[in-house]
Amino acid sequence: MKLLGCMMSSIPGVRPGSLLLVLLLAALSHCVAASEAPSFEQALGALATSNFKQKERAAGELVGVRHANTRAVLDALLEGNLYYRKADKRVFIAVTQEAGLELRDALTLQSAGTADAADFSKITTNNQLRKTLRSALASFDLTDPDAQVRLGAVNEMLRSLDADSVSILRARERDEKDESVRQAIRTGLAIADLNHEDAARRLSAVEQLKGSLNPEVFNRLTALVSTSDDGSYTEPDAKVRSAARAALAGIENSRSFYSMLETLFFGLSLGSVLVLAAIGLAITFGVMGVINMAHGELMMLGAYTTYVVQLIMPQHIGASVLVAIPVAFVVAGGVGVLIERGVVRFLYGRPLETLLATFGVSLVLQQIVRDIFTANNRPVETPSWMSGSLQINEAFSITYNRLYVVLFMLIVFVILQWVLKKTSLGLKVRAVAQNRAMAKSMGVRTEWVDALTFGLGSGIAGVAGVALSQLTNVGPNLGQAYIIDSFMVVVFGGVGNLWGTLIGGMSLGVVNQFLEPHAGAVLAKILVLIALILFIQRRPRGLFPQLGRAAEG
Amino acid sequence: MHNKFGKLRGLGKLAVAVALMAASAAHAADTIKVGVLHSLSGTMAISETTLKDTVLMLIEEQNKRGGVLGKKLEPVVVDPASNWPLFAEKAEQLLVKDKVSVVFGCWTSVSRKSVLPVFEKNNGLLFYPVQYEGEESSKNVFYTGAAPNQQAIPAVDYLMNDVGVKRWVLAGTDYVYPRTTNKILEAYLKSKGVKDEDIMINYTPFGHSNWQRIVADIKKFGSAGKKTGVVSTINGDANVPFYKELGNQKISAEDIPVVAFSVGEEELSGIDTKPLVGHLAAWNYFMSVDTPENAGFIKKWRAFIKNDKRVTNDPMEAHVIGFNMWVKAVEKANSTEVNKVIDAMVGIEVPNLTGGVARMLPNHHLTKPVLIGEVRADGQFDTVWQTEGLVPGDAWSDFLPGSKDIEADWVSLKCGNYNTKTKKCSGQNYE
Repeated sequence: MKLLGCMMSSIPGVRPGSLLLVLLLAALSHCVAASEAPSFEQALGALATSNFKQKERAAGELVGVRHANTRAVLDALLEGNLYYRKADKRVFIAVTQEAGLELRDALTLQSAGTADAADFSKITTNNQLRKTLRSALASFDLTDPDAQVRLGAVNEMLRSLDADSVSILRARERDEKDESVRQAIRTGLAIADLNHEDAARRLSAVEQLKGSLNPEVFNRLTALVSTSDDGSYTEPDAKVRSAARAALAGIENSRSFYSMLETLFFGLSLGSVLVLAAIGLAITFGVMGVINMAHGELMMLGAYTTYVVQLIMPQHIGASVLVAIPVAFVVAGGVGVLIERGVVRFLYGRPLETLLATFGVSLVLQQIVRDIFTANNRPVETPSWMSGSLQINEAFSITYNRLYVVLFMLIVFVILQWVLKKTSLGLKVRAVAQNRAMAKSMGVRTEWVDALTFGLGSGIAGVAGVALSQLTNVGPNLGQAYIIDSFMVVVFGGVGNLWGTLIGGMSLGVVNQFLEPHAGAVLAKILVLIALILFIQRRPRGLFPQLGRAAEG
Repeated sequence: MHNKFGKLRGLGKLAVAVALMAASAAHAADTIKVGVLHSLSGTMAISETTLKDTVLMLIEEQNKRGGVLGKKLEPVVVDPASNWPLFAEKAEQLLVKDKVSVVFGCWTSVSRKSVLPVFEKNNGLLFYPVQYEGEESSKNVFYTGAAPNQQAIPAVDYLMNDVGVKRWVLAGTDYVYPRTTNKILEAYLKSKGVKDEDIMINYTPFGHSNWQRIVADIKKFGSAGKKTGVVSTINGDANVPFYKELGNQKISAEDIPVVAFSVGEEELSGIDTKPLVGHLAAWNYFMSVDTPENAGFIKKWRAFIKNDKRVTNDPMEAHVIGFNMWVKAVEKANSTEVNKVIDAMVGIEVPNLTGGVARMLPNHHLTKPVLIGEVRADGQFDTVWQTEGLVPGDAWSDFLPGSKDIEADWVSLKCGNYNTKTKKCSGQNYE
């Protein structure tokens, strides 16, 4: 039937005699060739190879035949779940189980039992193939009921536009109801139009792309105004070129604006880490005057607590970090109270001895952790709600983990201020800090207050450790990396002043991040340190020195 | 009184010492001592402990087969504790006091540079199993890891020719290996016509964790219309937050692939590799390579270490090759005397674990296959490209102006740094 239709279609004008026969034969052979276009089964079989070029071709053919199972097979290929049997090269979708591979026949999607993994070979993918697959799969998603999925699909297709995807997008534009998706499709069509032979069409495409921050747009416009090796422009029309230049200038402008915002955010997020690390110290060192060299190790304990909490609740990684916050506070706070009762309280008023003793404590804590958890770093998982980034526009995005750290730091800061200013414990802490003898004579149990204050500062360090576990490696040396920074922030901000710690940490972070692109990571840190030393020379009491009678205490 | 007893005690000591010496001499007669110089504590312990265990496994296995030359092998394990000067001290102890016949050891280039004079002075024998920056060939050292032309250069070729990378980010940790490698790569890229503005070089300290700025810069550098690739010589645990940040800023391997020279199965075994899928590594061995030799080795290793989750990696294979070569050379020379073994080493062939043959070249480097792998979700690598045959290791890079005229040949030239222009050998410690 198909053959007949094919013949009929190829004989619109009947010609006489032998010519007709020749034409008929030609049409026939053409038809045979067409019917030899690979079937789903053949294309599937062609995937069973180690040659990536061949796999890519086979995947393209699979998309071409539009078989009902194409999607499932390509999804499996993308996920690395497609295997072939070494014996007969038959392709299966398989999931690894305890007993071996749980198979489904890729042709029928029927279950095919479980088999030994050694008899099968995985059909591997590489970056290029995965990119092609994603783009091919995106065309399936264009009709998805969810507008977000459609938008993702269009953006995926924009990354590698070719004639096929352009015609699919063009067809889709008419039916698309969602404004943002339609906008994305129009961007894609305009990018495609940049190659149009009609200069007016190209010009209008450039006009349309003017405000777009899509990186692909920037690339294509840059290509338009660039010259090839012989000095001729890629774009022959001068008008289009100048429009493209103007559009590029606009894009560059908004790009550099957003890059400023980005740097500012980077600075604030680095600053938040510094403040979090330092704020516990601001209490033990700032309020109590104890130089606690084990402060970093208390953060490390907080980070390890996060790891242990995740071990206990492996099914709820998302919640584990939130659970870890109070647990880490209790663990680190408890250890802090022990340190205070066991070591520090015998050494009040002898800062050098305190420094040495707490340094010893820090070594002991490190070794204990090494003995329990080995010297290797422990993998702390990042919950899904903390990974990825918040895309504000195509030139500016904020990573969630840093955003949450900034928010978390602010919450901790507010709570701490509240505890110190509004609770009876806070009142006693401040009273003891200002005048121990007077507070004691008013009936404050100063020893008890000392222990609790130290515990509070240590607990906050533990909470900071939870945040650090999401940003850096959790290992026995974690604390050492932050102890210097913490002291730096507290001294810079002004001893005994929480606001000073906040402002100090934030400004150190921002300055560091604005220097880093020009000076590099190492030099930026050195410059900040030198600036800080000079600053302390001029103002030994930091940004916000304590004034009045409190200063003598 | 006191004096008398002191004397007596001294005599006693002497007697004990003599007895001990006799015992150890007798002991030395029926065993061959093998030194193991790997850090078992400190920052490098993570990587080096595995290598110590590998050597112990190889020794145990060889002893089951009857040892070498009819004598049992006896391991002498010391811990240089990731402390570079201590490496030299421990090497001296192994060579002078323990009188070991051969040493397997070192990981970082700085530790190798630290023990080099000790081995040359005492005429010791060192097998160094890690990929390194080249620019060295000592009579007393056999380099069983990759030279730059067996790892860095082929990886860059792959990115350039197969992936189509036009802009390059060379990111590394700030010490000798990344700096030398990047110097070679920069010269190589420029020789291929890459312009200055298409190369970005960045160094960060050990253990760097705040990557947001650098990753954002890479992203920006990569959004200028040309395909961009990152060549990473970032070492140690700084890699974890680096890759995490790449994932968070949504830089996928399909857009900006990162090829790493110091990230293998062992390094990936501790981290969540799902966001890393597709990023690349260049090595001479992957655990995932499907050969009977490799399957056998993995089985043996897991049985020895009593953990069926443990992974294998490239430097372990290097020790396997080096150890088997040493055994063959000792048997060929019929002696463990260092000079005889060194002469016997060159030309020795042993099978590697990926189905090829490793041959020791006159410059004390090996022939190796070069494999490029993409990270899988389970922390293993899929080989996506490999060299047709074996690549002979080149001690002195052909792309650096200072070293392209230098040649190493311990057979015909008897020199590790022969200058073909001035026709002079610069002696052992060429700088």
